[in-house]
Amino acid sequence: MADLEELYREIILDHYRSPRNRGELTDPAAHRAEGFNPLCGDEVLITIIVDDGVLTDIKISGQGCSISQSSASLMSAAVKGKPVSDVRQLIDTFKTLMTVHGAQLEESDVEIEPVDLRSLGELAALQGVVKFPMRIKCATLGWNTLTQCLDDASL
Amino acid sequence: MTQDLDVALLKKDFPLLDQEVNGRRIIYLDSAASSLPPHPVIAAMDHYYETTHANVHRGVYATAEEATRLFEDTRRVVGQFLGAPDPAQEIVFTKNTTESINLLAHSWGRANLVEGDVVVLSIMEHHANIVPWQMLASERGIEIRWIGIDDDGRLDLDDLETIVDGAKLVSVTAMSNVLGTITPLPTVIEASHRAGALVHVDGAQAVPHLPTNVADLDVDFLSFSAHKALGPTGIGVLYGKAALLDAMPPFLGGGGMILDVRTDRFLAAEAPQRFEAGTPPIAEAIGLAEGIRYIEGVGIDAIRAHEKQLTAYALSSLADHFGDSVTVHGPPAGDDRGGVLSLTVEGVHSHDVAQILDSVGVCVRPGHHCAKPLMRHLGVAATARASFGLYNDEADVDVLVEGLAQATTMFA
Repeated sequence: MADLEELYREIILDHYRSPRNRGELTDPAAHRAEGFNPLCGDEVLITIIVDDGVLTDIKISGQGCSISQSSASLMSAAVKGKPVSDVRQLIDTFKTLMTVHGAQLEESDVEIEPVDLRSLGELAALQGVVKFPMRIKCATLGWNTLTQCLDDASL
Repeated sequence: MTQDLDVALLKKDFPLLDQEVNGRRIIYLDSAASSLPPHPVIAAMDHYYETTHANVHRGVYATAEEATRLFEDTRRVVGQFLGAPDPAQEIVFTKNTTESINLLAHSWGRANLVEGDVVVLSIMEHHANIVPWQMLASERGIEIRWIGIDDDGRLDLDDLETIVDGAKLVSVTAMSNVLGTITPLPTVIEASHRAGALVHVDGAQAVPHLPTNVADLDVDFLSFSAHKALGPTGIGVLYGKAALLDAMPPFLGGGGMILDVRTDRFLAAEAPQRFEAGTPPIAEAIGLAEGIRYIEGVGIDAIRAHEKQLTAYALSSLADHFGDSVTVHGPPAGDDRGGVLSLTVEGVHSHDVAQILDSVGVCVRPGHHCAKPLMRHLGVAATARASFGLYNDEADVDVLVEGLAQATTMFA
């Protein structure tokens, strides 16, 4: 049960119940990308505005489990207003948390917190996900879709 | 025939049930995805590998003869279980139900369907009985027509005669892997035959749980998988009427499916060997036969009666505890309802439902269950599916209810 409580931390349930930056940007200048998790049917649509190298606005729509939806909501709050270079850095850090941290768990029962965990702020609440490998794909769906969005727009 | 199974005794035959998950007794409610193998199935396969292993249809030494005998005997066991008139000619071994249907689409479909021909499916089919026909449709320009469902999740047969009119093949599931709906096969088969169409039945969900007799049904083709029928993964079955299989071209090419090969041509073997290229899954065939013997030992009628009763108990227990906050898709308990319960829990995604159920040891499957056209029709992206086997009882359902109560509390 301890693992389950770590997975469903209050902040995650809060973002699931009240997702931030929900919706779709209709501005013709908005870039968009869709992501799917074919295993569970989760869908996410991300629209962003990038102005002078800064991600000034982001909206997220779609449907899915608490992990995929809260992770995308937390992400939207973390990247809004940041330079694209910082956004890419954050995506890398988060995906490292989801992969390296998981690999470390295989080796030992001791939790090793990466040094840059503090830089993730509220996003660190998602670290409980790595104990449930099937859920990592849920947590990274929004992030991979944002990467896709930036790549498609050559940003 | 006994109607009440001694489930406590049966459970002892399933080694996987004798363990704990997260400090709780494991409650396996995912038999629609894959059933658990009983000890005799595992022992038969082990025994084969330890004493008899050899390639089949080749060697003349004693173990090769015995391996061949056991492998071919599975055709008889499967054929008799299905009521096939001529098991040695009519039982084809494949990898699973999916491969059985792909075999049918590639071989029979390519030989018999031309542009404009019609294949009829139902909206509650598994992707395995949709995508092979769509692949053929885009290649050949055939038309796919759909039988819909009503609000209770039963096939809507009001327009059946119009839908099957002019069709070459009607391919339907005998039981939905999402709704648990049992198809009225005699009605569908009779109307299809009257319209001149052949009928393939996807028996993956029904064959292990309901009496199924291909001769009584007069069905032309039927597929199922061993791993949903207490057997191992890696082997499935395509039943086909002998005359139909005889007229079908080969599927995969290679060893075992030929009479002769020259530099410029080959001569295909008779059915069913014609469709079995390469070394077959021998140990798996032996496990398949043992799984069917186990089902026959318990009795398919007794299994159906038990699962029907358990389904009624579960439906009423869920309604009592959760009212409208838990929706079970599909028909109410009854003769046309199998032991598959797809749940929508208000405010909780199926992935989260399944995760919380895992914490109390309950194994269910979240997601779209490889039936996306049906899920779209139902207007849901995913459900948490609990499905029964002969080894489940009311105590298992009670733990499911306990776990669902936790899920609704956590996400309240």
